Amino acid sequence: MIKTDALIIGAGPTGLFTAHQLKLIGLNCEVVDNLDKIGGQCIELYPDKPIYDIPAVPECTGEELTNNLINQLKPFDIKFHLNERVEEVKKENDNWLVKTNNGTSFSTPNVIIAGGVGSFEPRKFSPKECEKFENKSLFYSVKDKKIFKGKIVSIFGGGDSALDWAVELSKESSVNLIHRRDEFRGAQATIDKVHQLAKDGKINLFTQYQMASVKGDKNLESIDIKHDNNEIKNLKTDYVLGFFGLIMQLGPIANWGLNIDKKTIEVDTEKFETNQKGIYAVGDICHYPGKLKLILSGFHEGALAARACFKSARPNEKYRFEFTTSSKTIKERLGVKGD
Amino acid sequence: MAKITYITHDNQKHEVEVQNGLTVMEGAVQNDIPGIDADCGGGMACATCHVYVKEDWFNKIPKKEDGEEDMLDMAFEPKTNSRLSCQIVVSDEIDGLEVNIPSKQA
Repeated sequence: MIKTDALIIGAGPTGLFTAHQLKLIGLNCEVVDNLDKIGGQCIELYPDKPIYDIPAVPECTGEELTNNLINQLKPFDIKFHLNERVEEVKKENDNWLVKTNNGTSFSTPNVIIAGGVGSFEPRKFSPKECEKFENKSLFYSVKDKKIFKGKIVSIFGGGDSALDWAVELSKESSVNLIHRRDEFRGAQATIDKVHQLAKDGKINLFTQYQMASVKGDKNLESIDIKHDNNEIKNLKTDYVLGFFGLIMQLGPIANWGLNIDKKTIEVDTEKFETNQKGIYAVGDICHYPGKLKLILSGFHEGALAARACFKSARPNEKYRFEFTTSSKTIKERLGVKGD
Repeated sequence: MAKITYITHDNQKHEVEVQNGLTVMEGAVQNDIPGIDADCGGGMACATCHVYVKEDWFNKIPKKEDGEEDMLDMAFEPKTNSRLSCQIVVSDEIDGLEVNIPSKQA
């Protein structure tokens, strides 16, 4: 059980700056994120797209913004729990007991949800029957490539993940690569390689096809794929891999007793606290009259939520507002010399 | 202004007047039309404002620009008449446009 003054859910820009604000005022915090990296939407959805409305930063990409925020956290020791999704938030005396899908648990007076539009989850196949084979013979990521050796693997998708795995698995498996159109959107060198392997008969390429259904009782036996002209082809297969990118899902947050409307959480504008005392929501996921879904709004919301956390984390101390330009205490925390 | 008809998966028709310059996605969100999530807010980064455009209209409206087709690879059940509604800008020329909203966005 990890004890902390505040637990931040979400390592996007808002979560990162909220962590900065907590540390600046002398509170400790830990951060949980379902992605395997820090940065949230900025890094997952638009790492290369320029952003023009960060105050005092005329232009930066999602990746640059993330790196700058990480740099700003350098003076502080903050533990990030990546690849973990918070599943449960439960009241226990005066604290919140928070559990992740990896079994990590936290006890904290303050939970700050900076979850954007929710956690990133793989996009799945549309036929319902696919669920039956999920994590048995149908996967949305590869954990152990050895299981595919000598087997027939059908890979769906047209991006780098699909192409890279098609190339890699074609060495020791029989690979079908299925994509909804003729063009692929991966690195050109990989696309060329896939076409070469298809020519050499190492990869069976099916374009303008999509998944229609999966067949098999206990074990997956075959799949039906459907052409744009409605023609159906049956492919024998042992495994199916789908690479359609990630989608944001609100997920377990919906079950924590919060006032949720259209995937956003209602908060007040003084503390950015939800209807549950000690649970705050900041950034894109929160809602209040006049809410703007801008990164700069998330920074403001995080700064105020961090101050609100002080009272419950340090009930016997009084919070004093101080400027970074002049406060000796803050400078010590930042590890910079005073004047 | 253009009249846009959004047809949800359960065949409910929602007819709304949308201002020129807005996108078909914004028209849906502002009028609370169900089934358009628009998670990324119009940045062509999420494919959750996916619609099917009626064939006769599909060829009339401005064509897809770079990146939209790539993003449609991620959409739920894309078809040949799929578009991202955040990329269709409303103008007098598209008055009467009908779009079908998929059963879900993911």
